[in-house]
Amino acid sequence: MSSTYEVTDSAKPHLPGESGVWMFIIGDVLIFSLLFSVFVYDRSQEVALFIEQQQLLNQTFGLVNTLLLLTSSWLVALAVHGARTGHLSQARGCFVLAILGGIGFVVIKYFEWSEKLTADLTIETNNFFMYYYLMTGIHLMHMFIGIGVLVFLWQCVRDAEFNTQGMGVLESGACFWHLVDILWIALFALLYLMR
Amino acid sequence: MAVSLQSRVTVIWAGLIVATGLSWQFGHGFGFREKFHYATAAILIITFVKIRFVFLDFMELRTAPWPLRMAFEVWAIAACVTLLGLYSLGV
Repeated sequence: MSSTYEVTDSAKPHLPGESGVWMFIIGDVLIFSLLFSVFVYDRSQEVALFIEQQQLLNQTFGLVNTLLLLTSSWLVALAVHGARTGHLSQARGCFVLAILGGIGFVVIKYFEWSEKLTADLTIETNNFFMYYYLMTGIHLMHMFIGIGVLVFLWQCVRDAEFNTQGMGVLESGACFWHLVDILWIALFALLYLMR
Repeated sequence: MAVSLQSRVTVIWAGLIVATGLSWQFGHGFGFREKFHYATAAILIITFVKIRFVFLDFMELRTAPWPLRMAFEVWAIAACVTLLGLYSLGV
């Protein structure tokens, strides 16, 4: 098929997406690295408090959200692959499911935050919940942007005229969504699992 | 190769799900009994291994120009080591 191209291990190096997106991803990763480090350092100064407060989190919500984002990220990888190989119906279907996964994450986060706020656990309660709301809040902003990006990508592949010229945009948007997934993978470990 | 690339991300996804389950178990005392700091070290290492595979296979850094790939490989190791070091301050 002439309108497709492959990226394989044996192919020459290929930068997925636009270089500007990678500058943003690098900056975002570095900022979050700093945030993660400050969190773990502060935690080391108040270990008992952080472990006690961590018990108040709904672990099931954290786990389900992690599974949702991992699956959504996988679907986006399949969508990009489908678009690249000319299987646009696969790409469209995968993007729709990925968007639903993202919306599911946001809905669960809404219930999780509601549960905490109802129990009077706010950003001012203590350092643990300050970090909890700060980090999950910044991540939630990424989620909203990411869902918007996925809707845009879905519209791109709905266009019957879509061809490999549009792959740069598709790869850029997909990489942003994977970044959102990566940040959550780390947040899940730091906020919910580490003891 | 089209099928193999698709299969690869699916295998990676399955591995990520299994690794998440393993981390969850470690976070709830599995395998380490009362030695929570060993469990946490395992959780952090698994976390950055998961992140590395998302970088390489979902974000396609495996086939990216090597400086970009190396930058993220080095970051993953540096971030993991830094967090383990900071965590050890409270043990």
